[in-house]
Amino acid sequence: MLNNSHSFSNKSKMISRRIFIFSIIKVAIFFGIIGRLFYLQISENLKYKSLSDKNRLREWKVIPQRGIIEDYFGTKIASNKQVFQLHMMPEDVPNIEELFFKLSRLIEFNEREKNNLKKRLIKRKPWQPIIIAENLSWPEFSKLNLFVHEIPGIKPVVAVARKYIEDGSLSHLVGYVSSVSAKDLQKNKYLRSINVPGLKTGKSGLEKSLNRSIIGKPGFQRFEVNAYGKRVKELKSTQGTFGKNYKTTIDTEIQKSASKLIAGKSGSVCVMDIYTGDIIAMVSAPTFDPNQFVHGISLDNWKALIEDKKKPLLNKSLSGLYPPGSTIKPIVALSALENNIVSPKFVVDCKGSIDFYEKRYHCWKEKGHGLMGLRNAIKQSCDVYFYEIARRLGIDRMSETAKKFGFGKKAFDIFNEEKAGVVPSTKWKLKNIGKNWYLGETLISGIGQGYFQTTPMQLCLMTAQLANGGYKIKPRIIDDRNEIQSTINAWRKEFNIRNNNLDTPNPELEKLFTNKENVKFVLDALYGATNEPMGTSYGSRLTQSGYIFAGKTGTSQVRTISEEQRKLKLKNKDLEYKNRDHALFTAFAPYKKPRYAISVIIEHGGSGSSGAAPIAKKLIKKILDRHELRQKYQLDLFQDI
Amino acid sequence: MQKRYFSASNSNLKDKIKLIDYPLFFLILLLGIISFFSMYSSEGGAFNYYTQNHIYRFCIFFILFILLSFLNIQFWHKSSYLFYFIVLLLLISVHIFGVTASGSKRWINILFFNIQPSELMKTFLLVVLARYYSTIPSQDVSNIKKMIIPLFAIFIPVFFIIKQPDLGTAMLVAFGGFALIWLAGFRLKYLVITSILSICLLPVAVSFLKTYQKSRILTFLNPERDPLGAGYQIIQSKIAVGSGGIFGKGYLLGSQSYLDYLPEKHTDFIFTLFSEEFGFFGSLSLLVIYALIIQRIISIGNKNKGHFVKLYCYGFAMSFFIYVTVNMSMVLGLLPIVGAPLPIMSYGGSSMLSIMIGLSIVMSSKIYSQNT
Repeated sequence: MLNNSHSFSNKSKMISRRIFIFSIIKVAIFFGIIGRLFYLQISENLKYKSLSDKNRLREWKVIPQRGIIEDYFGTKIASNKQVFQLHMMPEDVPNIEELFFKLSRLIEFNEREKNNLKKRLIKRKPWQPIIIAENLSWPEFSKLNLFVHEIPGIKPVVAVARKYIEDGSLSHLVGYVSSVSAKDLQKNKYLRSINVPGLKTGKSGLEKSLNRSIIGKPGFQRFEVNAYGKRVKELKSTQGTFGKNYKTTIDTEIQKSASKLIAGKSGSVCVMDIYTGDIIAMVSAPTFDPNQFVHGISLDNWKALIEDKKKPLLNKSLSGLYPPGSTIKPIVALSALENNIVSPKFVVDCKGSIDFYEKRYHCWKEKGHGLMGLRNAIKQSCDVYFYEIARRLGIDRMSETAKKFGFGKKAFDIFNEEKAGVVPSTKWKLKNIGKNWYLGETLISGIGQGYFQTTPMQLCLMTAQLANGGYKIKPRIIDDRNEIQSTINAWRKEFNIRNNNLDTPNPELEKLFTNKENVKFVLDALYGATNEPMGTSYGSRLTQSGYIFAGKTGTSQVRTISEEQRKLKLKNKDLEYKNRDHALFTAFAPYKKPRYAISVIIEHGGSGSSGAAPIAKKLIKKILDRHELRQKYQLDLFQDI
Repeated sequence: MQKRYFSASNSNLKDKIKLIDYPLFFLILLLGIISFFSMYSSEGGAFNYYTQNHIYRFCIFFILFILLSFLNIQFWHKSSYLFYFIVLLLLISVHIFGVTASGSKRWINILFFNIQPSELMKTFLLVVLARYYSTIPSQDVSNIKKMIIPLFAIFIPVFFIIKQPDLGTAMLVAFGGFALIWLAGFRLKYLVITSILSICLLPVAVSFLKTYQKSRILTFLNPERDPLGAGYQIIQSKIAVGSGGIFGKGYLLGSQSYLDYLPEKHTDFIFTLFSEEFGFFGSLSLLVIYALIIQRIISIGNKNKGHFVKLYCYGFAMSFFIYVTVNMSMVLGLLPIVGAPLPIMSYGGSSMLSIMIGLSIVMSSKIYSQNT
């Protein structure tokens, strides 16, 4: 016992030493753990809190209601209607096949739809509702409501969907909505942020241009969910905000009549207020029913639209490009006068054709017009006369005037589909084609052929800017009464100057001319073209006082005519449809107190005087008939204009 | 001097009760009560299966703890080998009669209870090693010959526990054993050599690991490797603790746990739940309680002169410390998830029984301090 006591006291010491070391280690490790706790709970608290909330909270967005689009008189041209839908919560469905079977007995639900739905189901999370049917009939819906308790996981829902005017007259202008595609999401960041299953987005026209504000803000329901995604309780729900409503400058009645007038044809009609730039009508034909896109267009219908040679989906008023033909002549004439190239008294002898640079240039009138002054040349649309002044004027001065009047750039800044067109010049050719300008090209440019490409809207704008005395206007389609006020005031001032024969300049309006007499001269020549015998649109004139209008026809060739073909004297109706000329007509009315400008283009419609002017005549009558009504809606804004 | 000896040897119950270490007694009771509330919260504020069982168990085992405390420490000293072999036998029989649950055989059914012998081994290995080293002079501790018995005493149970498979418990048992050997005076040098050897053998060991064990280690190294799979537990646990903040989300308001994002929340991850609801200060308090318990056990060892008691108390304190820190480090993302319960707080009968017996031996050594 004593023997061992020494070694055992040693042992006690050793144990005590080691337990001391242990105590130090213990304190160190505990502080390590405290440090870790501090790091997680205090330093990184925000990060983990948000992660915890991300775990815990899940939001279901609620589809907002799109804003309504109205015409000038408050008629709804794009609105929302109640639709009956069937939704499904995948997580609540015990047996999907059984559900499909039961559904197929209640509603129209075929194999294709079934497979489609299955595909969509794979991509969805089980807590995301999925839309089985978007647009059920009332009998189907009521039947479903009767059996809803026998089919777990489905939910009949009364929702809203877009509704458009059925005749299709506004299809291109208003556009249409359809389901958000992968491409839409890729392109549009905003859409990505608000996307909800079942959300529709604008695909064309105003629906697309105004999409951002018209689509509204989705509301949301916020739920606390457990680790399995099951909703535990609703925490908060916010109503979405409705999309902004829009009032347009369109007159649906005129729009509809115009659409009827060109139905069956391929073409466009644009009508514009020459002072405010209000678009009264913008029609494109052929048209389509936008309603069929709302719930997904069938493949057959889609194919039919895509394959139609007359391109029903294209908004020809903005995206159709045509050589302006003779409708450009007023601008060429104005350009020549402004640049002092010719005086109105300048005379050319038209013999039906003229030779320049070893090439023959033909007038539309084979026998020739004889001796022509400028007024007559516009009135009778003498090509030879315009070859001559184009030659003297030169392409660059011509294109400068054309650009001033709105050619070569978009008339609006809101439509994606709008084209800018082409105003040729020496620079343009060098830049875009890489070749030098030929003088011969100047000649044909003088009659609106060659490289010239214009949209019907540009032609209408050009006519409006001539008719208002030569001032720049900005076409508008959204009726914003506050924004237009300054324009109205500028015109009030202008009218005050005109009525009192004052000679003060009006800085509030942008002048497109240097001598107002030149503009007056061109307008007078246009009067002649419509209202005097020999005028190209004499046959389509209106004689009733207050209805008299002035216009310019145009016939633009879509092919080059060889000398042999010319000898055959082929009439348009004998030609193949795609080779026939485009018929164009631009006009303003009434002549005495002009207010509206119009452009009509009928693709392959033959000559302007026979194919386009008669349509314009009928429409002008209607427009003027409705002028008084329109003025009433303009309230006090426009009273004195 | 005379008086004390007398009172200790001819002790009546009243004197013994006076000798109970009340700080330890109340700390254990406090921890038990905290564990009730945590368990109640882990079931989303319902007095259900786990809470009920946990409370019953704690009550029974706490009473057992008090009763066993009055067992003379000599009893443990004498019967240490016997108990060790009984538990070892149970451990071996697990492989024959064991109950399989979630892929591993850990439990054995005795009468009405499912017992996990590996948990009991944690304590009884310490008893047997303390007994062994208490008789060996310090200069012999590092003797190779004297190492054979302890190594076998450690590795036989560890082998069977690994085979269950239960890597976590096996490691905890081994750590506890080695801690005691180190305390007994085994030269650090040899321990270092052993560690280096084991590290060299690690690749071999890894090849023996089950796939899920490998993935747990890989996941620990990079939890985002598989956020919905193996890394899920660590990530969710860190989110729960981190989102608790300074003062916690409030009792019964731990969204991570009651919305079931937290796995194993009533067993290994009970600290996470507690930490989420009570925050940094709550966790700190719990840590302090554990630290005080450990300190109390050490101080009981300090006051005792007998080597067996000293070794046992220190060894138990170290093991207890290891259990606590391994569990906490694990749920805080500092160690891989190995399956180590938090003493008393975690749900699990065998673990609690083992700890309670271990504590009762400590208590007994205090009450019978003059007997050794």
